[in-house]
Amino acid sequence: MEEVLNALARALSFGTPLLIACLGALLNERAGVVNLGVEGMMALGALASFAVAYGEAGDGNLWLAVLAAILAGGLSALLHGFVTITLQANQFVSGLALSMVGLGIAGLLGKRYEGLPLFDHPSEEPFILGAMGLALLLAFLFGATRLGLSLRSVGENPAAADLLGINVLALRYGAVVAGGALAGLAGAYLSLVYRPSWTDGMTAGLGWIAVALVIFVGWNPLRAIFGAVFFGLLYYLQFRLQGQSGIPSEVFASLPYLLVILVLALSGLRGQQGNAPEALGKPYRRGER
Amino acid sequence: MGKPLLQLRDITKRFPGVVANDRVSLELYPGEVLALLGENGAGKSTLVSILYGLYRPDEGEILVEGSPVRIASPVDALRYGIGLVPQHPVLVDRHTVAENLALGLGSALFPSRRILPLIERIAGAYGLQVDPKAYVHQLSPGEKQRVEIVRALLRGAKALILDEPTSVLTPQEAQALFRVMRELRAAGKSIIFISHKLEEVLSIADRCVVLRRGRVVGNLPREEASKTRLAELMVGRQVSFERRRQTPDPGPVLLKVEGLTARSERGLLALRGVGFELRSGEVLGIAGIAGNGQSELVEVLAGLRLPQGGRVLLEGKPLPSDPARLFALGVAHIPEDRIRMGSVPSMSVAENLALRNFDQPPLARGVLLDPKAMSAQAEERVRAYAIATPSVHTPARLLSGGNLQKVILARELSTKARLILAVHPTYGLDIGAAEQVHEALLQQTRLGAAVVLVSEDLEELLSLSDRIGVMHRGELLGPYGAMEVSREQIGLLMTGGAA
Repeated sequence: MEEVLNALARALSFGTPLLIACLGALLNERAGVVNLGVEGMMALGALASFAVAYGEAGDGNLWLAVLAAILAGGLSALLHGFVTITLQANQFVSGLALSMVGLGIAGLLGKRYEGLPLFDHPSEEPFILGAMGLALLLAFLFGATRLGLSLRSVGENPAAADLLGINVLALRYGAVVAGGALAGLAGAYLSLVYRPSWTDGMTAGLGWIAVALVIFVGWNPLRAIFGAVFFGLLYYLQFRLQGQSGIPSEVFASLPYLLVILVLALSGLRGQQGNAPEALGKPYRRGER
Repeated sequence: MGKPLLQLRDITKRFPGVVANDRVSLELYPGEVLALLGENGAGKSTLVSILYGLYRPDEGEILVEGSPVRIASPVDALRYGIGLVPQHPVLVDRHTVAENLALGLGSALFPSRRILPLIERIAGAYGLQVDPKAYVHQLSPGEKQRVEIVRALLRGAKALILDEPTSVLTPQEAQALFRVMRELRAAGKSIIFISHKLEEVLSIADRCVVLRRGRVVGNLPREEASKTRLAELMVGRQVSFERRRQTPDPGPVLLKVEGLTARSERGLLALRGVGFELRSGEVLGIAGIAGNGQSELVEVLAGLRLPQGGRVLLEGKPLPSDPARLFALGVAHIPEDRIRMGSVPSMSVAENLALRNFDQPPLARGVLLDPKAMSAQAEERVRAYAIATPSVHTPARLLSGGNLQKVILARELSTKARLILAVHPTYGLDIGAAEQVHEALLQQTRLGAAVVLVSEDLEELLSLSDRIGVMHRGELLGPYGAMEVSREQIGLLMTGGAA
């Protein structure tokens, strides 16, 4: 019993960054923009928050640290927004580039923080509860508010929304920046709470799983809670097995990516692809109505 | 009549190489239905786009209730009381009707719930039945159209522009639309009704404005308008409305279909035991509301779908299910979607014309293509079918609908056709182009070919067919002799009533 409860607690703990990042990606995808840069934005958020939290000697302000992560994620997403919304470049390519650049920059700038300790760090409960609250908030936003209706319409049929005077580009920018901010926040959880330290590559594929989770949960924020806990559990089991078996660690290192494939395979079986917003991945050009 | 609600004065709009609207002036009065007629390319769409703020006119002015206005966007147009019901609905398919109507309009919280009383009020006032909780993708074209009308009214439209509203409706649905239009007119709303179906225009319009090549060529009250007069104004020459066809002496049985069953893309039974015989030289019309099995029937006959059961015999032999072999046997297919199925829009006219015979000499020389032979063939077919294209190397997507259809006809009828499967062959074409398509089909029947003509245009079916069958829920009702059934009977059969 204790074992199960412990596993569940760890699943929640693992699942929280997944949930936050997944909700972010879900938000911008509901507005019609795919951002594959989650992994990179998480890395940038993790580094930014650790750097601020560490300050000069491990005694920086934690609130400012969280804010820094949000800014880092939001600003890098703004870049993605500019490239894909204003310049109308391919969203997938831009997102992939953002992932690689984000990981690279975080690794480069993070060298001086490798191995440094953080004396004071926040507890995980507020993050866990906050992430769940966020899921509820998004569900309410989509289902019951005018803003949410406009956002969803922009993701489904931007031409229809535009005809009715809805500012498609502004909403898409807003959703992309907010989505990036959440990815950054997920990164902050990793470097402040989950493992209060900075190591290169500490995001370990979580960002990719978050992107795949969006599909798995059928773009539904409430289902994202269960999806994130489920994959948090798988993640936890993977770590447990790693300690107890003679399987080489390289196999475990590749597991996150196998998980992504598993997520997508499960989504395919459940027919979730059909839930994708109609205009997902398509730049909106006026005049093509 | 009072003062006009809307006035256009000398509206001119130029596009590179053409003047789409040339000093167009017209007035719309409160409580009137104004029909705007014209062939494709006459400038109707441009004019509508200008009124709805999608285009800016190069010259001229628009006055609403006497004062000049600048309409820079659809939102502006709605602010001035001009609402558009587009030909193809611009709705979010996966949202409910209420969500669509609340978009950009409702209150900040629970917008789609709080708008319900408003929807009910408008729906009640004008007899517009809509179910606010239904999802748009479940609605029929007629229902989607009502949603668009409700939307325009919700936003306070005083003038409604209906862009070819009946092109997607059954005769019964069209009648329901006309009832709504009369209600609106009685309530003092003005309507601009765009159509090229002359019977409808004559039955509903108070006044008819005819455009040709961007200019107003006629502006006549209902009393002075007649079918021949309007058609003459539209086309610029006399048009005959006689039945085009004398039923020929029946030839030998060419196609025999027995107990044919087939499933649709979604796995549902789409054909439930369809049977008929078709003789050489005969035209069999197939009427029906979209989705009652017509597409599946043609797909089976064209070798694109495997039947579940039943037999199809062409001259006594089972039909192979391979489009290329069928073509070699003389089965020509003019598919319903001329852009997606009938052509490759990014490829040139010459290449599109060669799609059926590029692999045979003289176009093919071993594994290589002979571009000269391909161009020569294209030049010849472009001439024979009077296809208007800048050159045979122009991408097919730049052609108008009528010319693209002629490319497909030229290709499909290039070898001696025995059986022609034509699906909505004149959909969206204007009178002139439709006449040419009809003539090309009839020419083939005189040479002994049989035609299966699937169409939603009952005028077309009645004027071309020898016999007409109606598809309803996968069954073929009839076929009936074309001289023995009326428009109304076919309409009833289409909706499941008895003839």
